[in-house]
Amino acid sequence: MSTAFRAPVSACPACSAAPAAEALAARALPDARIALSLPTIHCAACISKVERALNAHPGVKSARVNLTLKRASIDAAPEVTAEEMRALVERAGYEAHELDAGTLSATATDRAGRELLMRLAVAGFASMNVMLLSVSVWSGAEAATRDLFHWISAAITLPAIAFSGVPFFRNAWAALRHGRLNMDVPITLAILLAVVTSLWETSLSGEHAYFDAAIALTFFLLAGRYLDHRTRAIARSAAEELTALEVPRATRLRDGAEEVVGVADLAVGDMILVRPGGRMPVDGVIASGTSELDRSLLTGETLPVFAGVGQAVSAGEVNLTGPLTIRATAVGAETSLHRMADLVAIAESGRSRYTSLADRAAKLYAPGVHILSALAFLGWYLATWDLRTAINIAAAVLIITCPCALGLAVPAVTTAASGRLFRRGMLIKNETALERLAQVDTVVFDKTGTLTTGTPRLTNLDALPRDALELALALSQASAHPLAQAITKAARDAGFAAAEVSEITEVPGYGTKGVFAGQEVRLGRASWVGAEARAETATFLKIGEAAPLAFTFTDALRPGAGEAVAALTRQGKRVILMSGDTTPAVKALAARLGIGEWLAEALPADKAARVAALAQEGAHVLMVGDGLNDTAALAAAHVSISPASALDAARVASDIVLLGNDLSPIGAACETAQSATRRIHENFRIATVYNIVAVPLAVAGLCSPLIAALAMSVSSITVSLNALRLR
Amino acid sequence: MNVLAYLIPISLILGGLGLVFFIYTVRSNQYDDPEGDARRILSDDWDDRPRP
Repeated sequence: MSTAFRAPVSACPACSAAPAAEALAARALPDARIALSLPTIHCAACISKVERALNAHPGVKSARVNLTLKRASIDAAPEVTAEEMRALVERAGYEAHELDAGTLSATATDRAGRELLMRLAVAGFASMNVMLLSVSVWSGAEAATRDLFHWISAAITLPAIAFSGVPFFRNAWAALRHGRLNMDVPITLAILLAVVTSLWETSLSGEHAYFDAAIALTFFLLAGRYLDHRTRAIARSAAEELTALEVPRATRLRDGAEEVVGVADLAVGDMILVRPGGRMPVDGVIASGTSELDRSLLTGETLPVFAGVGQAVSAGEVNLTGPLTIRATAVGAETSLHRMADLVAIAESGRSRYTSLADRAAKLYAPGVHILSALAFLGWYLATWDLRTAINIAAAVLIITCPCALGLAVPAVTTAASGRLFRRGMLIKNETALERLAQVDTVVFDKTGTLTTGTPRLTNLDALPRDALELALALSQASAHPLAQAITKAARDAGFAAAEVSEITEVPGYGTKGVFAGQEVRLGRASWVGAEARAETATFLKIGEAAPLAFTFTDALRPGAGEAVAALTRQGKRVILMSGDTTPAVKALAARLGIGEWLAEALPADKAARVAALAQEGAHVLMVGDGLNDTAALAAAHVSISPASALDAARVASDIVLLGNDLSPIGAACETAQSATRRIHENFRIATVYNIVAVPLAVAGLCSPLIAALAMSVSSITVSLNALRLR
Repeated sequence: MNVLAYLIPISLILGGLGLVFFIYTVRSNQYDDPEGDARRILSDDWDDRPRP
């Protein structure tokens, strides 16, 4: 079997070898494609300065800055690294961050947008020309002239619709094949029926041809589709940029030498070096080194945990004090970080039950239109026994009722609302997120990293003696540990000077020690200084043999957290705090922000179950969270928000991403979402009013192509203007 | 009315030219960076000779 398979491959060795060799040669020297994010560029001078700095490098083939996306894309020789390029731009005086080029797939979305724009342009061109010809027909062209104009219109309309209408035809076919009806079915039917009856009428020198209506309909509907696509493309590219900012790299130790590789290239059994401040790229076991780990993104605990040889670590944890070497036990999709995806998938199946307003309108509308048009056809056929009149009237009914305004009603409003929220720093990722946000009556907040920044703040500065603080400052200055840095900052801000401590050494995983006036002083973990561990986050100072002194910490509040909670409470929403952190920490924060309901020490599954239980009680839950332990709850909630600092998995699971550091836009976003939904309902009502006025005319056979064109344009314009009123 | 025999083709050709030019601009990525292109005209980097 295998030989039979191999035979054709080797039958012509040269044929397969040549392209293979070419491919190999191409792969041997791939040009480096580097992308940088440049958040601070804003002017013509910035562009030329950055481009000049980059092009001056000998390895750079070409560098181009895109001011709209605030990005630079660089084509360079293979040996050029992104780090070099970043340094060049920083030296030119601009902030730069490396973007993972693999994550940026702007070209794919761009192609879809370009295709839509092309179809829109063709439809626009054709509809303008056909309308021009129609105006002369409406104003009284007769006999041969009218026929000539109709034929020219047909010659323009047929190819234009064949090209521009493809998205509608494709969607309608997909829906029909699965035995369903969507908005595209009546659209396609109306366009096709209008074109066919108009052709028939024209060939019989008839008076009424609907070519103008058919092509104008295509144009307006494509405009709606294009708006919709653009809104989503902007959101998608901003979300991609957030992901691309985290370049997945790891330092692998091989035969004692360090090499930097992509996380995707790591294998089970590899030794990986994680420096202080670095995030674990894989699941593993600590092979050497001691340190402390910050697990807040995974569990919500703010208290750093001790890490020593033999202990298991999970991807996503942050190493705090000492360098650690870990042996990988699970990589890529096997890591606990990715296994969480299963939980998310289960939770998400609940949400997909939401039907958007547009779909609900289509479900009512599509069968109604078809029945009405069929009845009109039957009625006229039975009354006159004239097939031509009957089909003409049926086509007129379909065109008049065609969802021109309905097709624009939702995208025009969502485009306006998303643009407004984007300027306030909120990224709407999902197209129905706004509608769902408008229904929210319960808001669940995560604590660590969402309401708080995750950086500790010293709380008992005033209660500590002066000499102790000066000693602690001397020891904490020497450490990069977050708690030590919090002490340093608080003590310096209060105007203390460091005491003269000699022989300061940091013991990774435990703390810092030194010698002061002949006595050993230690600042560190409770167990290391012989103190009783406390419930809240604390570190201890031990001077000689004296009893250890406790330094206690709370998390600093994220800016806007108080405003957001206050605004939501004012809007009459139920606010709940759910955290994986300890009870006293959660209780204290709830009291500080005035949140009545809270839940502490919640496991990820608890959070998701609690959110699901709330949903069961009929509440529409908005979940705001950032950690891995929130991911399932984010997916289970009716709608979810995560800050830009959240883990990638959490951002993917949520519908809205907060781009700034500030939480306060959440309250305003709920109001914007409500007014957007109100506008959508208004738009549906406006479209219905036009239909109610025009349909009787069409059924009575009084509708001329002029009335059809007027009704369509006026309703589309009213709906778009109404969307722009959104504040 | 014979004038129509000229005017209609002329109007169609002119309109068609506009469409072709628009498609050309879309295909050659001229809408990728509208903000940057608006500013680039102000820079005097390649004023004396074209960019190589």
